[in-house]
Amino acid sequence: MSKWQTFSKGIIKENPVLVLLLGCCPTLAVTTSAVNGLGMGVSTLAVLLCANIVISLLRNIIPSKVRIPCFIVVIAAFVTIVQFALKAFMPALDAALGLFIPLIVVNCIILGRAEMFASKNGVIDSALDGLGMGLGFTLALGLMGLIREFLGSGTAFGIEIYAQTGITPAGIFMLAPGGFFVFGCMIAAVNYFSKGKAIKKREFACEACLLADSCQAAATGCEGKEADA
Amino acid sequence: MTAILSIMLAVILTNNYVLNQFLGICPFLGVSKKIDQSVGMGGAVIFVMLLATAVTWPIQKLILDPLNIGYLQTIVFILIIASLVQLVEMTLKKYMPPLYKSLGVFLPLITTNCAVLGLTINCINDGYTYIQSLFCAIGAGIGFLLAMVLFAGLREKIENNTGIPQCFQGIPLVLITASILAMSFMAFSGVVDGIFG
Repeated sequence: MSKWQTFSKGIIKENPVLVLLLGCCPTLAVTTSAVNGLGMGVSTLAVLLCANIVISLLRNIIPSKVRIPCFIVVIAAFVTIVQFALKAFMPALDAALGLFIPLIVVNCIILGRAEMFASKNGVIDSALDGLGMGLGFTLALGLMGLIREFLGSGTAFGIEIYAQTGITPAGIFMLAPGGFFVFGCMIAAVNYFSKGKAIKKREFACEACLLADSCQAAATGCEGKEADA
Repeated sequence: MTAILSIMLAVILTNNYVLNQFLGICPFLGVSKKIDQSVGMGGAVIFVMLLATAVTWPIQKLILDPLNIGYLQTIVFILIIASLVQLVEMTLKKYMPPLYKSLGVFLPLITTNCAVLGLTINCINDGYTYIQSLFCAIGAGIGFLLAMVLFAGLREKIENNTGIPQCFQGIPLVLITASILAMSFMAFSGVVDGIFG
């Protein structure tokens, strides 16, 4: 795979949010405005890039049995740095994102990329992968934030769009149901424009998730129990 | 007593962790295809949430705060939760095989569940006492279970539906169903304030 492909695949072809369906929690929670979505995206991008570089450097030192706790410590360290940086330089954004900044630790995009890519590839490739995936995440969150902000409060990046026309914005788009609805419609749009290719990809996109094995074990475990009964 | 009840009702209904605060969406979407599966997952989440809060709250108050190293919260909490889940899994496997059989397969899924980490951080940020935190954990777990079971019931109904446009099949339709469920939970807003004034 060329360097360009390593970088660009995360942006559209394997977009972590819209195609691979990773990191749903922050996607739904912080996209009440375009600025918040982009802020979350850039914070995650920073953590993803740094974590990928460090994990790729350490990939021959970390014993494979304890690799997950090691990855988590590396990721948590960078999340703490980002948390401090936001508190110091962008207190407003920090207040808006709140709990979801420390929760970047458990964002499955980061752990998934560490496991799938950085622990198997060189530093430059891992950095490009992290940058591409992070940009894809930022774009998806920014777009979703823009849609929800436009429909829910009638603004885009804080600028009034249709306040004078007398149309009342539908406030529900800023609330939880609107988040689920817009996300569902965005994935449907991706399916429509990729003519079903994205759907096919999703069936083995589970591989990108660290929990895939346990998820499947849980599903088959339940089916096994039904068969017993 | 009233404080505890109002905290619990709030996290079960009005501030439901899944449907209102968007925590734990991955297992909510991933393990809700069948009702019995979702009951098992919900049970495991209640169990781990309670344990995690029971352990992290004293660590924050007795170790991190006195030593003035509160900034290590994120690293310490996630490591505690991850090792706790491992420990619980091993203990259950050895001493309680029946319980392990019903909950065990779900435990590894919970290690990186943001609802558990979110809950432990929330309890500290909201300044709850130890007892309040424990009840908040139970409430959050019950809320998770409730949302999972209701949603699994809805999903069993829509899964075999025909006539859905191709691009909406699968995840998009599931998300829109979740949107409607979240809307119905919005009807509870104000109930807790109404009861406890």
